[in-house]
Amino acid sequence: MSFKTPIGRVRGLGSAKEGTHHWWAQRVTAVALVPLTLWFVYAMTSLAGADHATAMAWLGDPRNAILTILLVIATFHHVQLGVQVVIEDYVHAEGMKIVVLMAVKLACVALVVAAIFSILKVAL
Amino acid sequence: MAEFSLPANSKIGKGKTWAAAQGASRVRKFNIYRWSPDDTKTPTVDTYEIDLDDCGPMVLDALIKIKNEIDQTLTFRRSCREGICGSCAMNIDGTNTLACTKFIDEVKDEVNIYPLPHMKVVKDLIPDLNNAYAQLASIEPWLKTKSPPPPDKERKQSPEDRKKLDGLYECILCFSCATSCPSYWWNSDRYLGPAILLQAYRWLIDSRDEETGERLDNLEDPFRLYRCHTIMNCSKTCPKGLNPAKAIAEIKKMMIARQG
Repeated sequence: MSFKTPIGRVRGLGSAKEGTHHWWAQRVTAVALVPLTLWFVYAMTSLAGADHATAMAWLGDPRNAILTILLVIATFHHVQLGVQVVIEDYVHAEGMKIVVLMAVKLACVALVVAAIFSILKVAL
Repeated sequence: MAEFSLPANSKIGKGKTWAAAQGASRVRKFNIYRWSPDDTKTPTVDTYEIDLDDCGPMVLDALIKIKNEIDQTLTFRRSCREGICGSCAMNIDGTNTLACTKFIDEVKDEVNIYPLPHMKVVKDLIPDLNNAYAQLASIEPWLKTKSPPPPDKERKQSPEDRKKLDGLYECILCFSCATSCPSYWWNSDRYLGPAILLQAYRWLIDSRDEETGERLDNLEDPFRLYRCHTIMNCSKTCPKGLNPAKAIAEIKKMMIARQG
């Protein structure tokens, strides 16, 4: 029971004065992912059936390694931005929301580091 | 979590059926959501059989006929009966619209009528709009200026600048759009929703207003503005043919424009 007025509830804690950067970063990574994903799908289909040595040699090429690292960074950045929005939409228990958001963000950082390390290990 | 199923006290049961009068020639069934705060019963859907040859062409005509001639307890808001007051917004045949501008003939077979979705119900087809009205007040929908008004005449606006308000000023605040928006369903405590954001844009784009920056400050928020994920239910359902999704996109563009 609360006698707080509707206007008091709506004004709440005030505007966060942010969100634009998040929204824009989502668009920028989406734009970056269009050519990177097309290139990656093309590369993977042309490698279909190739043996291990050929695949290693492909990733060993600096151009391929750089583009793959860019793809990995753009993908995981885009993922954590997008999943954050989904969680904010649907998870309303404040404690649970913070736990899930942290888990997603930390997992994305761990995955992107692991992916880049693996690519560099092959390429260098 | 978001609510994906109705709470127990909102589960809808079968209600009464009111048969058509003897000798009715063109009978159509109207299935209408009923709930009263005055008893402890869960909601029901009552069925009213109406003779369309003895009824006006609009859904609102049928509702008024039911209230006048069949069941006085049926409760709904209506006023202008010509699509300008926004009172009779409700969910008809699965779409939020105005009962007064919706032809009965547009609905195939039985006419299902529910209150605007995911709002607290006051009674029957009447949603509680207190939160939505408070959200409207929060964007301060009036002209705000620093410069004093000219002493002897109105503030001037060119025809080109006036044209920018077309497609915005026509909004009648029926909240059909806001209540069609899943983001508004899940987060209406913080997300302003399409109706209010269209109103906000109406003042952002007004050439006479001098508080554009403060207005944008007030909107720049992950929830107030950025819960919009551009699914466009708002523009699809608007009974006035307006485009709230475009207004929201324009606000997002203004946010980017002032960044650099």
